[in-house]
Amino acid sequence: MSGPEHASGAAPRDAGSWPAQDPARPMKTFLRGLLGLAIALPVMALLLIAGAWGRELWLSGRPALSGAEDTNPALIARGAYLARVANCAGCHSPRGGAPLAGGLPLGTPFGTLFSSNLTPDPETGLGRWSADDFWRAMHHGRSRDGRLLYPAFPYTSYTAMSREDADAIFAWLRQQPAVRQAAPAHQLGWPYRWQTALAVWRLMYFTPGDAPSQDEPGADRGASRGEGAQAVIARGRYLVQAVGHCAECHAPRNRLGALRDATGLRGGWVGVQGWTAPSLADPRAAGVQDWSEDEVAHWLRAGWSPRGAALGPMADVVAESLQHLSEADARAIAVYLRGLPREATTPAEFKPAPPAQLDLGRQVYAKHCADCHGDQGQGRRIDGQPAYPPLAGNRAVTLDAPQNLLQTLADGGYAPTTAAHPRPYGMPPWRQVLSEEEMAAVATVIRQSWGNQAPAVTAQDVLRLR
Amino acid sequence: MNRTRIVAGVLIAAVLGLGPSTASVVFAQASPTSSSPVAPDAKHARTAPIATAAPAPRPAPVVPAATAASATTLDEEASPSGRPLRPLSNDIAERVQACTLCHGPQGRATPQGYFPRLAGKPAGYLFNQLQAFRDGRRHHALMAGLLRNMSDDYLREIAGYFAALDVPYPAPAPSGLGAEQQARAERLVTQGDPSRRVPACTACHGPSMAGRQPAIPGLLGLPRDYLVGQLGAWRNGLRRAHAPDCMADVARALSADDVAVVASWLAARPAGAHPEPPSSAPLPVACGGLAP
Repeated sequence: MSGPEHASGAAPRDAGSWPAQDPARPMKTFLRGLLGLAIALPVMALLLIAGAWGRELWLSGRPALSGAEDTNPALIARGAYLARVANCAGCHSPRGGAPLAGGLPLGTPFGTLFSSNLTPDPETGLGRWSADDFWRAMHHGRSRDGRLLYPAFPYTSYTAMSREDADAIFAWLRQQPAVRQAAPAHQLGWPYRWQTALAVWRLMYFTPGDAPSQDEPGADRGASRGEGAQAVIARGRYLVQAVGHCAECHAPRNRLGALRDATGLRGGWVGVQGWTAPSLADPRAAGVQDWSEDEVAHWLRAGWSPRGAALGPMADVVAESLQHLSEADARAIAVYLRGLPREATTPAEFKPAPPAQLDLGRQVYAKHCADCHGDQGQGRRIDGQPAYPPLAGNRAVTLDAPQNLLQTLADGGYAPTTAAHPRPYGMPPWRQVLSEEEMAAVATVIRQSWGNQAPAVTAQDVLRLR
Repeated sequence: MNRTRIVAGVLIAAVLGLGPSTASVVFAQASPTSSSPVAPDAKHARTAPIATAAPAPRPAPVVPAATAASATTLDEEASPSGRPLRPLSNDIAERVQACTLCHGPQGRATPQGYFPRLAGKPAGYLFNQLQAFRDGRRHHALMAGLLRNMSDDYLREIAGYFAALDVPYPAPAPSGLGAEQQARAERLVTQGDPSRRVPACTACHGPSMAGRQPAIPGLLGLPRDYLVGQLGAWRNGLRRAHAPDCMADVARALSADDVAVVASWLAARPAGAHPEPPSSAPLPVACGGLAP
């Protein structure tokens, strides 16, 4: 890498100390460097590839624990429950399709992946799989035929699941009706469709059984408490980090799609759906450190509380998964989430939007929003119960990223119907009557009124919604 | 481990050619809720605002008895600025306010625009449609999004609410059909075309075309564009009902011209009759999803 050095050396930046040189010499050195690179890079690449596959070979050679196929009803019932908590159906049971037969397209920055068929069909599903095969997929991220699996299947989290729990899920899957339905082939660009690239990715970012819960920084939080309290925290951590795979949305990813510090849960981007998954570490975002244990546990199963409703992808998670949590597990998750290290971010310096935009926004607000959310963003109650949420001081609308607010504004939404909250009120899809400018203006007014101080939103932000 | 990652990362970038350009490939928009080219997916088509000019009046005279008891409780809050806000009530009418932006106050959308009227349609039919949007048998991105996480119980309550609304229909607009087209449409609707195995619309939807309880919809008081959209969606398989899907068979037997004249003719008919009571008389075609 001497090229740039010498090129800049041509400028008389320090004529005194710079030795006089043969003018051809920098070029020679540069060429020699290039040649060196040309030889070294392929060699290193080969070494890397050999290393990555060598490691895969070593990993797959480790004996899997033997797991007997089981039809024990208690085990199957436990598997059904865990499959709910792990939300297998969220990806493997597309709306309107056969349950667990897969085929749901999942858009990623690297291409589109399709969920697989988990039913016991021998040709297209898991019919020929053993519990060992299933464990290898969940724990090692490898298919029965040895293929490396793409981490869109969150084995990066499931790898921390216990063998007993994986066996229970498998035992339950064996009992589901078989459906013959082959998943479409993944549509990935080069090099992502290349298994070697995946092997290298795994070398960098994945270690089987590398439970995020093991090196948890706050792992000793319960040390001062009794054994029972520690067990509750451990259960909560296991449900959040392994089974519930919360980090897959609630943690940031790097450019290669790998989670950056899954345990931190510092907020991520549900890119394909155009939503942000706010930070669970930050009480200004979605952190629940200031909620009571009861409030968190109730919210998880109800999808709603006076503090706010689950919307967008989180509403799906509540509907498909969290509402089925046992009381004890909801409480364990609540304890764990409340104990996450608090990492409050400082808000960006407040810049008020242009007056013209605020004027337009106020008109839209008065006409369309005030009747439900109150003319001072105070929200409205019915029979003393919160019905339409306040917007003043509502952290869901003041997140730095405006996407969640804009999605709700444009497409409307209802909180999920759950046993604890069976008849939610709803928000209409305002894109039917408002222009992008009007939506941006009213979103800005909401973000900058009644004490709210969040960045303004532009019509381009609205246009960028999916 | 960190060093491995850095070294490997550098090598990946150099060798495998991952640059920002490849890594920032736009998200694939692969969504199961595709929109139909025939049934105009209104997600992006801004249509005439129906219900935005004035807040919806309370359906006081026609609220079903079950909800009337609670409909009188208004919230007790005063607005800080003193402006009177819309009174709210703890009932299903308030919970479906979100529907009225498109379907009109009390679901009484007019035959202009695209959105179908909901008020007074048979409850079973409405429930089937809500379920179909939620479960992917009918496609409309906004409907699917709103209903995505609703239980059957809630959908049934919503369907029952709109079905029980007995509110007047607006006068229809003229059809704009010529005399010949008029006659052709009327023949198809009232007699069908046995040579193509097309039954008369009236054979199932009733002589007054107001539908039949619990699950056969009325055909009047709907926008022409909506009717064209639905028949078109059935023809190409985008709209589906429970099997056997009789309307799909009927729609496939119709030509595009048939669809156009029948839709225009129906949209121009004055509406107002109530759905007929349930009947066990056999229909000319086998249809699924008719059980209560």
